[in-house]
Amino acid sequence: MVMFNNFNFSKLKEGLTKTRDKIVNTITETISGKAVIDDKTLDEIEEILITSDIGYDTATNIIERTKISLKSDKDRSGLNILGTVKKELISIFDYMQIDGEEEKINKSKPYIILVVGINGVGKTTTIGKLAHNYKKAGLKVIIGSADTFRAAANEQLDIWAQRAGVEIMQKKQGTDPSSVAFDTIRKAIKEKYDIVLIDTAGRLHNKSYLMEELSKIKRVINKVLPNAPNETFLVLDGNTGQNALVQATEFSKVTDITGLIVTKLDGTAKGGVVFQISAKQKIPVKYIGIGEGIDDLQTFNPEQFVKAIFDI
Amino acid sequence: MFEELSLKLENTLKKVRGQGKLTEKNISDTLREIRRVLLDADVNYKVAKEFIEQVSQKALGKEVLSSISPGQLITKIIYDELTILLGGDRSEIKLNGSGLTTILVVGLQGSGKTTFCGKLSKKLKESNLKILLIAADVYRPAAIDQLKTLGSQINIPVFSISEQDAVKTVRLGIEYAKENGFNTVIIDTAGRLHVDEEMMLEISKIKELVNPTESLFVVDSMTGQDAVNSANAFNEKVNYDGIVLTKLDGDSRGGAALSIRSVVGKPIKFISNGEKLDTLEIFHPDRLASRILGKGDIVSLVEKAQENYDELEAGKLEEKLRKNKFDFEDFLKQIKAIKKMGSLSSLLGMIPGLGAQVKNAQIDDKALVKVEAIINSMTTKERIAPKILNGNRRKRIAKGSGTSIQDVNRLIKQFGEMQKMMSLMNQKGGGNSLLKNLKFN
Repeated sequence: MVMFNNFNFSKLKEGLTKTRDKIVNTITETISGKAVIDDKTLDEIEEILITSDIGYDTATNIIERTKISLKSDKDRSGLNILGTVKKELISIFDYMQIDGEEEKINKSKPYIILVVGINGVGKTTTIGKLAHNYKKAGLKVIIGSADTFRAAANEQLDIWAQRAGVEIMQKKQGTDPSSVAFDTIRKAIKEKYDIVLIDTAGRLHNKSYLMEELSKIKRVINKVLPNAPNETFLVLDGNTGQNALVQATEFSKVTDITGLIVTKLDGTAKGGVVFQISAKQKIPVKYIGIGEGIDDLQTFNPEQFVKAIFDI
Repeated sequence: MFEELSLKLENTLKKVRGQGKLTEKNISDTLREIRRVLLDADVNYKVAKEFIEQVSQKALGKEVLSSISPGQLITKIIYDELTILLGGDRSEIKLNGSGLTTILVVGLQGSGKTTFCGKLSKKLKESNLKILLIAADVYRPAAIDQLKTLGSQINIPVFSISEQDAVKTVRLGIEYAKENGFNTVIIDTAGRLHVDEEMMLEISKIKELVNPTESLFVVDSMTGQDAVNSANAFNEKVNYDGIVLTKLDGDSRGGAALSIRSVVGKPIKFISNGEKLDTLEIFHPDRLASRILGKGDIVSLVEKAQENYDELEAGKLEEKLRKNKFDFEDFLKQIKAIKKMGSLSSLLGMIPGLGAQVKNAQIDDKALVKVEAIINSMTTKERIAPKILNGNRRKRIAKGSGTSIQDVNRLIKQFGEMQKMMSLMNQKGGGNSLLKNLKFN
């Protein structure tokens, strides 16, 4: 998690400004100057949480916990209530541990990262950004283009590889994606690459034959290197609603997701999906995408994230 | 979910039984449950609120009949209201009868615009229109290549320029279309965030320049609460005529569709599922309502079957069945016909009452591929007379189809059983009458 030192808080804030303004203004308007938290206030907080895609269960849960922790607290100011809600939100991520990614990579080179997700979430763009960041960290990176299905996926990834200045392994459209993964890793071992990023085709998690294909890719990778893939990142579109939870569950069944990357958080979508999945499935959020530029990928930091949403 | 919802509501309405009428007090738990169901389905917070008020108004004062349970009663009200909200009658795409029809396609990144453009061209081409695709996504790497690849698959030319200028691309594209006798252009634009002022300005400019016959907003059916914000923002700039709902072949409940429909008030015109170019469906509000509630979509299934049904082939098949001459060759044709209709899982998902079961069962579309591969590896002689399939032949077929000898044996055995069943049906006076008998027993 400390690999990327480009975490740029102001940029994240900028991306979330419109969101944040709306939420915070509503909350402070709602609760400032009130002596007691009445049902109406709680309803309004609930609305803010739910319209952030946090989900009915999680929102209700947060409110219940806020109520309990405010019971013994005499300070009923808007700021205190807001602070309590924030604290409760941050605590959802308490289980996440800052793992020494650098150490992990050094221990098992080449370090294989498989990137999966449904169609249109931004996998290829994310791979480009990841490649760029690893390269910047001084690592030798190769991308394996295992999206052999979508029209022009190869071309798109190729442009990203050029931007990041890293090697890429491609085969023609329609090739078995497992064979691309296989060859990329073989090449990485032979030519001593540090990082292997495998891009996969977007697939809906309820298509069993596509999910089977994914588990085959994983098996093939596993055959070349027993501990690989070292990471499997599930990319989620920040605009996605409650279905993201199902996506996380279903992809976990076939690939052991080790981290989430939430994209497109530079719009007005709040990515509240992150809280949902963390609360229910305990899959750590690793990075967030906040734009189409090569530098627009940031390490996820729970405190900064919640702060950026709620700070005045 | 329809059954599930009914059941859930039934639980909250237990105490209503014997109370005669639905009152504000005795349905409050029920309304809370409905709200939860809607929010879990990504219906926007405010839309859900309004919706519940409407349902509650309709429900209050209703007599609890003995013939229908309160749960069923409310479920029926929800279904009707949902259908109304999703929008009256179906709405077709406008075409310019005399001059050039221009169709502008807009939306967020990754919503499925480019794939939809390919599908729409294919669909319109079937009505003998001369179509030109304009690649106005000049930003995303390889977006133009993607459209060109799709275009070449369906034999539709794609216009693009080397400059990174979307407005110019569109202007020159339309000139090109007019000069070269095209009567329809479909403009694929770059995905953009509705808060990106520069990009939204660009789309306004394109809209102004083209004054499109039809403009469509493409939206991912998995979108969450924010759907109303982007739909509103795009509507302000483009004032689109309709909505295209994508990725409904996932398992999202599609509440976003309801939100957008009720907030923007524009009709949903198409459903765009999957990346294969022949799966564009016209939107039917009643069907989506029942699909959201888990009732299945039998009408779509029947239509799909009809589209792909070749009467002549069917006649031949019937004849063969009657004479008990159904062989592997016919079986292969059947498999191809099923595949034409879509994936097995999507077909089964349309059968009412099966929704929930299909979700749990693994429908393996690959099994069909395997069967097809095995039959493809047989010689014509073997297909017609499976009896000659000895050990050596089976080994060869397994090798040729990349399957195991067990797979081949299993298929041949199952096929043999199927033939036996058929001959049994024939002896009893034809399959049809057997089915009829079953029905009445």
